[in-house]
Amino acid sequence: MKPIYFDHAATTPVDTRVLEAMMPFFGERYGNPSELHGLGREGRRAVEAARAAVAAALGAEEREIVFTSGGTEADNLALVGYLERLEPGHLIVSAIEHAAVMETAKALKRRGWSLGIVPVDRDGLIDLDAYEAAFCPDTRLASVMLANNVVGTVQPVAELARIAHEHGAAFHTDAVQAVGALPVDVEDLGVDLLSLSGHKLYGPKGVGALYVRRGTRLVPLMHGGGHEHRLRSGTENVPGIVGLGTAMSLAVQEMPERQARLVSLRERLADGVLAAIPEVAYLGHRTQRLPGNVAFTVPYVEGESMLLQLDQAGVMVASGSACASGSLEPSHVILALGYRPEEAHGSVRASLGTENTEAEVDRFLEVFPPIVEKLRAMSPLYHGGA
Amino acid sequence: MYTELVMDHFSNPRNVGEVADADGVGQVGNPVCGDIMRITIKVVDDAIEDAKFKTFGCGAAVATSSMVTEMVMGKTLTEAAEISNRAVAEALGGLPPIKMHCSNLAADALHLAIADYLTRSGREDEVAEIIGPLPKGDGHEHDVEEDD
Repeated sequence: MKPIYFDHAATTPVDTRVLEAMMPFFGERYGNPSELHGLGREGRRAVEAARAAVAAALGAEEREIVFTSGGTEADNLALVGYLERLEPGHLIVSAIEHAAVMETAKALKRRGWSLGIVPVDRDGLIDLDAYEAAFCPDTRLASVMLANNVVGTVQPVAELARIAHEHGAAFHTDAVQAVGALPVDVEDLGVDLLSLSGHKLYGPKGVGALYVRRGTRLVPLMHGGGHEHRLRSGTENVPGIVGLGTAMSLAVQEMPERQARLVSLRERLADGVLAAIPEVAYLGHRTQRLPGNVAFTVPYVEGESMLLQLDQAGVMVASGSACASGSLEPSHVILALGYRPEEAHGSVRASLGTENTEAEVDRFLEVFPPIVEKLRAMSPLYHGGA
Repeated sequence: MYTELVMDHFSNPRNVGEVADADGVGQVGNPVCGDIMRITIKVVDDAIEDAKFKTFGCGAAVATSSMVTEMVMGKTLTEAAEISNRAVAEALGGLPPIKMHCSNLAADALHLAIADYLTRSGREDEVAEIIGPLPKGDGHEHDVEEDD
């Protein structure tokens, strides 16, 4: 049986139409866009067409798009690039940021910035009162992710950006999980900086972009030939950029169908798990969440064990347990939601994608409950059932 | 990341459960760390006649628990006390470095079970002699086997 892939929040397969658009730029159209000859001009046209596609998908202007090597670089460029040109002051992030923002913020703290980390509620929604109260006179930037990668919760970013501006601070959002999955318009959101990544939306790995609102001044992290409006030197990753542009266009065109399908699969999976397994806790906001994200925690069982058993049964998912994350600590996101460490150790995330089917969800619902039962029977913490 | 033998013990764990009328019980770890191992033993003539485990934890935690019950079967108490966490990991063909601390405590659980048996039989004075210093039940030493 073909393995079932429920880990689209980690990465997505490249859409065949995207791959097709990219292929010529590995082959005969290999020109360096900085060169003035025919091949170079061809490369330049392709990069600028992709820039136009990304800008259009976000409701931005072309000159506001900076291509990067991915979401992590976009986040680094946003935070460090914006703050490095200023005297150290205060910076705000949420408690559930991806490491690309959280670790960058901590690095800035080591360089003299003071860092405010704003808590979230049990659903993963930012605490608005705490957020507003976190602003100081010298707060220069607030960064809150649009949609969370672990529990799927979508933040009220438009309101958060408005509050930041009222306090004279700029606003960045890591929209890596949201772009392609939800409508994202930089004017509606009112953000100054927004990060996105190609491989989360059926584009290639190794490419992303940072939206930089006109008038928002950054310093580059990469120095060199002055590419990307002097913000990101280095010869453009032409095939990757073309892939990102194509993937963004397709995501916008197909957004309504994709969203409706994913929400229906998500609810089928969530309802099935909640009905079949006693004591499961659903993680994140039940409705204000990514269309394809289902996350839950299974008491008395450890996440890596579930992940490995599911893998052997032909279903690939993720877990926020310490073991699965390759560290000694369980997911900081699930802890920030107020769950206990032992609950965080038992978390499972299924992130669905466009190629998933109802039959695959049903197959998951068939294999998962017996796995939990088997592991619970083995658990010294479990005294129910048997 | 795991050896075939680890995956085999994880997928088909040996000796899961609890020994009926156990003579000794040993438990290590805590839920905060994400690993708890509980080993129960039956002792006849100072030899392990039966050993079973229950484990909450990752693949390595389950596999080491399963392996230690297999290794200890039929051994005398003194022989059993010589089984170390490291020996269990080696018997499995090795573990990823990050698993050597938290998920490799099965031998500790076994030693606590033997100490429990000795204590219950009024032989507390032999605990130090047979087992040496007792491992901590509720956690683990992060400086143990740090060289891995």
